[in-house]
Amino acid sequence: MPTLTIDGRQIDSPDGSTVIQAAETLGIFIPRYCYHPGLSIAGNCRICLIEVEKNPKLQIACNTPVADGMVVHTSSVKADEGRRAVLEFLLANHPLDCPVCDQSGECDLQNFYMNFGLYDPRFREQKIKKKKAVAVGPHVMLDQERCILCSRCVRFTDEISKTGEFGIFNRGDRAEVGLYPGQQLDNPYSGNVVDICPVGALTDRDFRFKARVWYLSSAPTVCNGCAQGCNVDVHYVLDRPHLNDGARILRVKPRYNADVNQWWMCDEGRYGFGWIDKGRLTKVRRQGAGATWEQAVAGITEELTKVGERDPERGTCLRLGVIASPQLTNEELFLIREIFQRALGARVTASVPMPAGNSDNFLIRADKNPNTHGAALIGLTDATAPDAAAIVAETLEGQLDALWVFGYDLTKLVADEDLQRLSRSLRLFVFSGTNDNPTAGCSHWALPTAAYLEKEGTFVNAHGRVQRIGRAFPPLSDSREDWRVLLEIAGRLNLGFAWRSPEEIFQALARSVTPFAGLTYERIGLHGASLMTDASVAEVAVT
Amino acid sequence: MAVKVLRRRDLTVWEKLYIPQIASGLKVTTAHLLRNLLLHSAHRLGLLQNRRAAVTFQYPEELRPLAPRFRSRHRLTVRDDGTPRCVGCMLCETVCPAHCITIVAGEHPDPNVEKYPVRFDIDLGVCVYCGYCVEVCPEDAIRMDTGILDVAAYSRDAMKLDIHELMNPSLRKPLTACMLEFPHECRLAGGEVSTRDHQRRN
Ligand code: SF4
Ligand code: SF4
Ligand code: SF4
Ligand code: SF4
Ligand code: FES
Repeated sequence: MPTLTIDGRQIDSPDGSTVIQAAETLGIFIPRYCYHPGLSIAGNCRICLIEVEKNPKLQIACNTPVADGMVVHTSSVKADEGRRAVLEFLLANHPLDCPVCDQSGECDLQNFYMNFGLYDPRFREQKIKKKKAVAVGPHVMLDQERCILCSRCVRFTDEISKTGEFGIFNRGDRAEVGLYPGQQLDNPYSGNVVDICPVGALTDRDFRFKARVWYLSSAPTVCNGCAQGCNVDVHYVLDRPHLNDGARILRVKPRYNADVNQWWMCDEGRYGFGWIDKGRLTKVRRQGAGATWEQAVAGITEELTKVGERDPERGTCLRLGVIASPQLTNEELFLIREIFQRALGARVTASVPMPAGNSDNFLIRADKNPNTHGAALIGLTDATAPDAAAIVAETLEGQLDALWVFGYDLTKLVADEDLQRLSRSLRLFVFSGTNDNPTAGCSHWALPTAAYLEKEGTFVNAHGRVQRIGRAFPPLSDSREDWRVLLEIAGRLNLGFAWRSPEEIFQALARSVTPFAGLTYERIGLHGASLMTDASVAEVAVT
Repeated sequence: MAVKVLRRRDLTVWEKLYIPQIASGLKVTTAHLLRNLLLHSAHRLGLLQNRRAAVTFQYPEELRPLAPRFRSRHRLTVRDDGTPRCVGCMLCETVCPAHCITIVAGEHPDPNVEKYPVRFDIDLGVCVYCGYCVEVCPEDAIRMDTGILDVAAYSRDAMKLDIHELMNPSLRKPLTACMLEFPHECRLAGGEVSTRDHQRRN
């Protein structure tokens, strides 16, 4: 391993690594436009200039391999001057678009100019005009004048999405980024080019002009679009409801996680957040009329206490069916198991039919539920559990007297008339979910519950990785988190649970479900943790 | 926060006697009266023109001259094509210490302008007239040079200026007709975005 000195600090860096990587491990940031850790090295923007002792000229940090005894200065006067000159070239033809540019505020041209540009412009000639505001695909807008030709987007479409739509055409100051003839940037990962474009040349059409980036708050979470569970940050605004027609979420950006999604995410997840602000259930409803949470909890528990009792008319026990959902968190599924399956002896399932979606061998999974794996581990989808269709069939046959559905729309399984009939025949029919649907309309109690961004909890992705979803903002209007509702009902049923928060529920879950053994919220952290394999479980048991 | 107690100075014996204080007050008033009497008479005779005497303006019939940098009611400057010069960068909304500016941006039909406000409201009931919005604007799109001082209304709601009044300061509430030829959020259309001419974005 070569040992080199960067800004007076020594570091061992592996063979073949570059100075920019070595500096990064030391926590020294070297400016970059074309370098991206997920893409090949192009070395064309020259902003990463550094001074290497015994070398007459400045070198580019992104493509200079480390060597033994190398002495590097990343912010010497000479290096800074070199960068200033590079910026002057980059900005020579750059339009004065910052006021209308959506990148403004998170733009590396702006940032680096403020860090070491600060020159007075000397370019008096006419700037080259190129095409502005070209929709290159369903999600991305291109502004050729703002492009600094770093070629990150070209390398992304060549190397990551492997669709090759982008290219750089013409030469000199007429060089421009564009699509190959007849192409559209419509691959399933197209939104990523917006993230990697260091300037405002590629911007999001969905986010276009909706807000300025400095209005956005950010919260780390996990995409719930499919079983991959890509790590993301949601960007939202709560204090300016006039933006975006009052919707809180403005955009979703991938968050780096080496083990799950690296720097990327798919477009379906990136733009599929509309349901969190639109079409939500906002009020507790009883038979279609408004009610309060207190009434709902009291009314529902009263019926639930009768479960298991003998019905004097029919001479059989009253029975409950529960259709849970792999969209719920592990904590909630665990509560459902403890309350409904264990305490009330209900027929519980979390396997609901869902048509398999598109998939590929990169990120997108056919299973569009974020927590199928977790539901299986908690035992709500295994062979002993019925599936949703079976429970609905039993209900229609009159074997079940009460039914609780979590979020699922039963019209996907039965015809409308059957749903009506089912609703009339049941003593108790509860629907709890985030968005309105026909099942909510037919239920006796419709409970508005929090979307996944509005509650704490964990999901297990397809690779058996437990990830926390965090809580970006409080539940919408009158809705409540499912775990809170379940805990309240457990309290009324005198089940004696001492848990008060998802974290405490998770601790109980970790004690009770072996693969989760040894995990805590702290250990899961921001990047998730792999579930215990059988071997590591044994190890924990020994220590 | 620490509380600082300020004690009022005690009156001296001379001040407590009262009568001498009345006399000294009358002295000041009389001096002003005589000085203005003398100066105004002299001005009549064309003398002592360089010495100013106190005057009363018959406001609002007679307006006081305003200094050029005086900050009066806002206006939005207008392009030749009748659209606002504002590009909806929201810097004024960001800098406004009173949070009284509300902007929603839309797509301008000319890609070289790109962006403009479909909604631009200033709540003058909240504005502190600091002028930061004018100072921060990169486009010289908002100014406080209308000379309008009489900002008064019978309701808080009527203190809110929308894009119509901002682009045409001579308009006064209640607004009756909309003259703007570009899509904007129009109070006259119940706060909907009017699409009189161009299409709204998407
Ligand atoms: S790309 Fe950056 S520098 Fe260029 S207009 Fe946009 S914000 Fe300004
Ligand atoms: S569009 Fe953006 S990412 Fe692509 S070459 Fe230009 S600056 Fe780089
Ligand atoms: S004058 Fe000051 S308070 Fe009033 S709108 Fe402008 S920035 Fe806001
Ligand atoms: S600062 Fe100027 S250009 Fe920007 S939104 Fe305000 S008035 Fe419009
Ligand atoms: S980052 Fe090194 S040349 Fe672009």
